[in-house]
This record gives sequence, structure tokens and C-alpha cells, in this order.
Amino acid sequence: MKNNDDIWELRLYVAGKTPKSVTALKNLRQYCEEHLKDKYVIEVVDLLVHPQLAEGDQILAIPTLVKKVPEPIRKIIGDLSNEEKVLVGLNIRPAKKIE
Amino acid sequence: MSSETQTQKSALPSLPKARTGIVGLDEISEGGLPKGRPTLICGAAGSGKTLFSMEFLVHGALKFNEPGVFMAFEEKAEELTMNVASLGFDLQQLQQDKLIKLDHVHVERSEIEETGEYDLEGLFIRLGYAIDTLGAKRVVLDTIESLFSGLTNMAILRAELRRLFDWLKEKGVTTIITGEKGEGSLTRQGLEEYVSDCVILLDHRVVNKISTRILRIVKYRGSVHGTNEYPFLIDEEGISVLPVTSLTLKHQVSSQLISTGIPSLDSMLDGKGFYRGGSILVSGSAGTGKTSIAGSFAHSTCQNGERCLYLAFEESPGQIIRNMNSIGMDLQTHIDKGLLRFQASRPTLHGLEMHLLSFIKQVDDFKPSVVILDPITNLVTVGSVSEVKNLLIRLIDFLQNSQITVMFTALTLMNSPSEQTDENVSSLVDTWLMVRDIETNGERNRGMYVMKSRGMKHSNQIREFVISEEGLRLVDVFLGPSGVLTGSSREAQQLLERTGEVLWDHALSRKDREIERKKMVLEAKISSLKEEFESMQDELNRAYIEEELRKEVQEKNREEMTRKRDSSK
Repeated sequence: MKNNDDIWELRLYVAGKTPKSVTALKNLRQYCEEHLKDKYVIEVVDLLVHPQLAEGDQILAIPTLVKKVPEPIRKIIGDLSNEEKVLVGLNIRPAKKIE
Repeated sequence: MSSETQTQKSALPSLPKARTGIVGLDEISEGGLPKGRPTLICGAAGSGKTLFSMEFLVHGALKFNEPGVFMAFEEKAEELTMNVASLGFDLQQLQQDKLIKLDHVHVERSEIEETGEYDLEGLFIRLGYAIDTLGAKRVVLDTIESLFSGLTNMAILRAELRRLFDWLKEKGVTTIITGEKGEGSLTRQGLEEYVSDCVILLDHRVVNKISTRILRIVKYRGSVHGTNEYPFLIDEEGISVLPVTSLTLKHQVSSQLISTGIPSLDSMLDGKGFYRGGSILVSGSAGTGKTSIAGSFAHSTCQNGERCLYLAFEESPGQIIRNMNSIGMDLQTHIDKGLLRFQASRPTLHGLEMHLLSFIKQVDDFKPSVVILDPITNLVTVGSVSEVKNLLIRLIDFLQNSQITVMFTALTLMNSPSEQTDENVSSLVDTWLMVRDIETNGERNRGMYVMKSRGMKHSNQIREFVISEEGLRLVDVFLGPSGVLTGSSREAQQLLERTGEVLWDHALSRKDREIERKKMVLEAKISSLKEEFESMQDELNRAYIEEELRKEVQEKNREEMTRKRDSSK
């Protein structure tokens, strides 16, 4: 089902260096290294610097992780402390099972 | 508001208010919504919350120089733009002019996974950014409760909402938050807990299959406000709230009188007619000529070159014109001249509020000096008695403010003992004319009297009211031995009295002649007595003169004698 050549484009929205944002980024890096080695790009958007970007991705909550590619678009909000949920949300878990 | 009360108020710092620009609302809220604070608008689906908030923003941007941000959680920006385009609001243009910013916040549960702690800083940043780029003074959050369906962590959500409202207050923007009405509470999610400054409830009621929208200010901290339920309307010009009554009775009054169109009725009303700007009720049972009175008033108004608006609920204009023609009044020429306008509709066409609005619009458009409603009785079919009364109070209020004379006709129930009309409006009107049947000796005649007429001497007489080809006329009622006489018994009485007059005249002339004769006899007697008196006087005179002469002669003789005697000496 999933093409292995897919690159996971991930965007993490934060607002300054709050503890939650720092935790979220740390967790995200860890999961990606573990499950998506060399197949991911993480872009961190600080809304305090670029507030106009909040509208485009419909950001309400902070932190929010947006997976744009591969489809479908998914959003994961929170500090990403629950690994299971994050992996399901990023469509990593099912893809792994098929392999 | 008068300048006097304004200066009084400015002595103490009072709550600053942001005018909504919604017709009537600023009046009942004494100036608008609390400035710089959040206001909750709640109501069921379709009660007009979104439109209300949109009008608040658009008026703010266009009239009060207060740009605004509309955060829509339910509708997309394009949908909103389309929806309010029908009201003549060009949101696209307003957005280009940087007066309004539409932001659609889309919360889709299926797209969102929650893991761990988060906050809604993203929303704050978005809103803050929009407010800052526009310099917005007004914000609408429509409907923020949608967040509750998109996010599951209630504890975070509630804490964040509280923070959001505090933050908005700090920013000093006037905010409207809309909320869906919940069971037993004002909003489903208890938003009223967070917004405590001003709560407005919108409702939508269907009674007798006719719907009425209602607005009520539930709470307004720190301000006087009207507490009633106010009906409001949504039409192509947006929302208009119609206060049941303006809070005061301060309208100008006129002492100018205008003719009723029936000279003999004028004479019953102090010889002149109705006061301009007054309200007149003509009530009576079926077929007593109420419409004819109204028609004749319209006719006379138009003949004086003034405009008259005739709102008919029972007959079509053609029917009224034909019927009035039969009693010698040509209304068609007035219509052709543009002095008379008919507006005929069945009362059930729409609800009372729509009726009132259409009256007011017609009046604003046509600018008549006289408005006739014929008959108000039928309005009861679309509302309760008290609603109709409310409508009439407001209508009278509105018309009196514009110095427009209004005439209502009302049907009273057949021979009901009380003269009260069904609509209980008799206490509202300035002049009340009553037309009633007088049934005697197998015929039915019409009697009219003036029940009341404020501020003038008016006749206390019942007059017979005659409708003929020449028009309407009032005839003095005859008081005969058996009471008030009307119709043919009146004519019989008139004939009787005329005969009596002739006989009386005859008798009178006979007596005159008799006296004349007596006078002549007496005069003859007087002259004969006078002659007798003169002859007696002559007689007396003669005797007197003879005596004198005799005395004189005797004296002479004596002297003669004396002289003779002396000479002979």
C-alpha cells in the first residue's frame, strides 16, 4: 500500500520555546529516527515569528504536528508523548505491518 | 436621547458602548453593546445569530470606523460572503479595504489526533495577528462551541476559553460570541459562565403556523436596558428590532384640525374634525358603514391635496373604489394623481411583525399625511389580541412621531353589551367613533356617536347616520314620545311636526286679526272721549271769560260814576 520511497513532510507548529514545544520536538525527532530514518523532513514553524502562517494549516492548538505528505493530511496536537498515537497518526504503524 | 440626560450621564463615568447599528437595538440597549467586552449571543439554530454578528461588524466597519475580525468556526468565508451578499454587504470589498477580515477556523475531528498536553495558543496568535493587522476594534467568534466537537480534552478547552475571553478583554476589543441554545441553559457548553457582561437571547417562535423572531437582553451588567422580549425582523435590509413602545411618550403634538370629510361629523367634533397626528378608531357591527367613513376621510384628505395611504385587509382596491363610487366619491382620480395609495393584502400573508414593517416601509416610501387601516379586526387571525394591541401601539407611536393621522376601523361583535372592541385598542386612540345599528319597527338604521375625542368639545348626541348617493351625512335624531326615532319613524315625526307648524301659523294669524280689531274699537273710544273733554274745557273757559269781562265793565262804570260825581261838585 505505501510506497517506501515516500518522504514524510512534517511540519511542527510551536509558539516560542515552551516546555510543551520542546518536548514535542524531542519526541518527534526520536520517533522519526526510529521509524523513518532518512525518509523525513521536519520543518519547525514558530508562530510568534510568523503569525500569518497559522491560518493556512488551520492551526488552533500548540504544539501541532502536520503531516502533509503522504496523503491524507493529518494533524496531531499535544506534546506527542503517546508514541502509539503518533505513529498511527503518521500512518507509520500500518505501513510497517504490511512490510 | 435628549441632550439633557446625556450631560447628566457624562458627569459620572458610565459604561462605554459600541453601537451596533442594528435598527432599534441601540435604542433598547441604551447605546449598544459594552465596549471592549465580550457579549454572548445565544439562540437556537436559525435564530439569526450569525447575521446579527455580521451586521455588528459591517456597521462597525462602515459607520463607526471600527474594523472587525470575523472568526467563523462553522461556515466557510465564501459561504458567509454569499449569505450576506443578499443584504447588500460586500464582504469581498470590505476585506480588500482592510475593514473586515474573515477567518474560517476549520476543526475536523477525524484529521486530529490528540496526544498529551497542548494549549490553544495557535488560535490566540491567529486572532491576535488578524486584530493587529486591521487595527480591529470588533471581533466575532461564531460559533466557538464548535471547538467542543473537534477537541476532546474538555479541561484544556475550558481553561483556554476562559483565558481567551480574558485576553480579548485585555485587548480592548468588543467581542460577540455566539452560542447554540442548550437544554435548560442558555448555551450547550455553558459559555454564559465565561461571558458575564452582556447576554442577548434570540428566539424564533411559531404560533399558529406563523413565526415571529424575538430578541431579549437577558443580562447587561452595568447598564440600563429594556428587559422585554422585542420582536425583530430579518429582511433584505438586515435585522430590525422593533421596540414594543419607545420608552417615553414624547412626540410632538399638533393643534391643527383636519376635516373628517363629513361636514355634519365635523360639527360634532367641535365643528372642525380630527387633530392632525391623532389616532381615530371607528368601530361598529357589520354593515354599519365603517369602510364608507374611512373612504370619505380618504376622499376629503386627497381633495385637500394631501396623501393618504389606505391599508385594506378585507376588500381589494377595485372593490373599495367601486363601492365608494356608488356613494358619490371618486377615489380613482386621487389614485391617478398619486395622492391615494392602496395596499391590500390578506392578514395571513405574513406575521404581524412583517405587517408592521411593511406598514412602516410603505409610510416611509409614500409619506402620507393620513393612514387608514381597514379593518384591524382581521389582524387577530394572525396573532393574539395582545400582540395586535402591541402592533397597534407601535404603529401609533411611529405615526404620531411623524405627525401622521391614522384611522382604524374595527368590527365589534353583534350587539355585544360592551362597546369594547376586540382588540382593546380603544384606550389608545384619541378619537373613537361608534357606529351602531338601531333596530326598531321592522327596520334597521345606523346611529353614530362620538365615544371620546381627546382635547376637544364634542357632541354627546347620537346622530342618525345616512349613506346616500350624495355621500355620508348625519341627521339629528328625533326624540319622540317613544324615545329616539330614526329612519321612517323619524320622517313620520318630521311630517307630523310640519303639519303642526302650519296649523299653528294659521291659529296665530287669526289671533292677530282679533287683536287688531279690538285695538281699532278702543282707539275709536279714546278719540270720542277726547272730544268730549275738549268741549267741556271750552265751556269752562267761556264762563271764566264772561266773569272777567263783567268785572271789568263794573269797574269802569264805577270809575265813570265817581268822575261824574266829582265834576258836578
